[in-house]
Amino acid sequence: MSELLNELGGHIEAKRPDCVIGWDVTHGELNVDVAPSNIRGFVEFLKTDATCRFSSLVDITAVDYPERPKRFDVVYHFLSMYQNHRIRLRVAIREDEMVPSIVSVHPSANWFEREVFDMFGILFAGHPDLRRILTDYGFRGFPLRKDFPTTGYTEVRYDEEQKRVVYEPVSLVQEYRQFDFMSPWEGAQYVLPGDEKTEEKAG
Amino acid sequence: MMDGSKGFEDALTGEQKIRNFNINFGPQHPAAHGVLRLVLELDGEIVERCDPHIGLLHRGTEKLMETRTYLQNLPYFDRLDYVAPMNQEHAWCLAIEKLTGVEVPRRGSLIRVLYSEIGRVLNHLLNVTTQAMDVGALTPPLWGFEEREKLMVFYERACGARLHSAYFRPGGVHQDLPPALIDDIEAWAKEFPNVLDDIDGLLTENRIFKQRNADIGVVTEEEINEWGFSGVMVRGSGLAWDLRRAQPYECYDEFDFKIPVGKNGDCYDRYLCRMAEMRESVKIILQAIEKLRAPEGQGDVLARGKITPPKRGEMKRSMEALIHHFKLYTEGFHVPEGEVYAAVEAPKGEFGVYLVADGSNRPYRSKIRAPGYLHLQAMDHVAKGHQLADVAAIIGTMDVVFGEIDR
Repeated sequence: MSELLNELGGHIEAKRPDCVIGWDVTHGELNVDVAPSNIRGFVEFLKTDATCRFSSLVDITAVDYPERPKRFDVVYHFLSMYQNHRIRLRVAIREDEMVPSIVSVHPSANWFEREVFDMFGILFAGHPDLRRILTDYGFRGFPLRKDFPTTGYTEVRYDEEQKRVVYEPVSLVQEYRQFDFMSPWEGAQYVLPGDEKTEEKAG
Repeated sequence: MMDGSKGFEDALTGEQKIRNFNINFGPQHPAAHGVLRLVLELDGEIVERCDPHIGLLHRGTEKLMETRTYLQNLPYFDRLDYVAPMNQEHAWCLAIEKLTGVEVPRRGSLIRVLYSEIGRVLNHLLNVTTQAMDVGALTPPLWGFEEREKLMVFYERACGARLHSAYFRPGGVHQDLPPALIDDIEAWAKEFPNVLDDIDGLLTENRIFKQRNADIGVVTEEEINEWGFSGVMVRGSGLAWDLRRAQPYECYDEFDFKIPVGKNGDCYDRYLCRMAEMRESVKIILQAIEKLRAPEGQGDVLARGKITPPKRGEMKRSMEALIHHFKLYTEGFHVPEGEVYAAVEAPKGEFGVYLVADGSNRPYRSKIRAPGYLHLQAMDHVAKGHQLADVAAIIGTMDVVFGEIDR
């Protein structure tokens, strides 16, 4: 399986050297890093090329790495039912960057891109209808960003006096607890007093 | 001014002007299969535009998962597609096993196959019969739910819960099955085809059922690719695509089963596919039982190691086992850095998990890929030009469950 994927990766890189930044096969899966500006053309190539034939879009999502200058990875998964293989594309973008939408190539990208916009605030250029999809009507913020608290900012309840649902700022009876269970024993490098001398001798 | 410059429009008064009618379908409609809100634009009784509003059951599962350990995340998967819970857990376990490189022991693997197929029957029973209810039949759900009840008892006897089972664990399954349970599943599997025949007799040649389903919601091969369909939505149109066969996971490659396909890609063919798939699942169940009884099928159900708890007996004697147990259930196990995508052929289609691990005890990011999300997305495309009454039939045949779509 991995040899076939290696072959495929080589083929894609040879055909579209301008799009492919790098590729690898890990855990039996083919990963390709793509430049954001080329994504639409590259996806079209993957769809039409006879060796690839990645005819159906499986998933689009994003991963947030706040410490990186290019904060988000937009991740595309494709599947070829004809050649029976899968591919993953990764596009690294900055927070203020836009990604070209691939709705014109795969209509099924529509909701996925809306979801990524909803959850991460990543804008897709050329998307026909970039509205929020999963969150509440009138929701603010981008929940899957790492700087968004798990508890959120608002809570709702039914108000008996006003006879309607009201929005209020979150108030927790107790602090939201995030235990750190990380083992202090495993992986720690303890140096007992005097031990460093034996190392020096050996070295 | 009526000088004829605007053609016939001149003769129309404001009251006579015909405009399209917008209606809200759901979120509290019995045929919406949960909390779906469709905004339909109707021209008479013909659907012109269909805009699904989803997210009314959004619980932020993916966000919650980032703050919990891998094992604590497992029960969230039961709550996605609550019609066939164990199939979802399976994808999560496979993703973790792929990253940690754990081999599931044979008995654990067989039990997983057995319960995945029970899950498939659970799902198809619900879908076929409630779809029939959407188009006007009342008896099928009553008969189907009786069988579902029996299957849920099997769930309960294996793991203690009827729905939210948390039975598949990374490295195998939680507990071994008692022999009496295996006997009872076998007895049920031998009886079940008769029940299927009964439901068959109610629906397959039923004139009303056929009129409501044949030639409704036709899906072609091109549309499958465009809209990213999977599962029965693909097979109903004649493509024999099944992950259990195409990209075998677990030990599905050992089993002998057929992949039923439809011809016309309409609601009726998908119904026939689901009925045939249930019969195939029963075959797999019987084979799995036989394999479970064979000498090779004996042994442990969990790969004992870092990611699984020690045996109860060991904990009574060994201090290390006790410490391991404590650390496993507080800190949880660590998954090596990397990203994987693991998919299973869930009853509704390809259910996948994209897992990004950073080497700690919690997933850095996990994306749940639900088949219903893509199916519902194509609603506007498929329902356009159909009658309002067909919308219910199409929602039914797409097999949407909002637990997994809204996440």
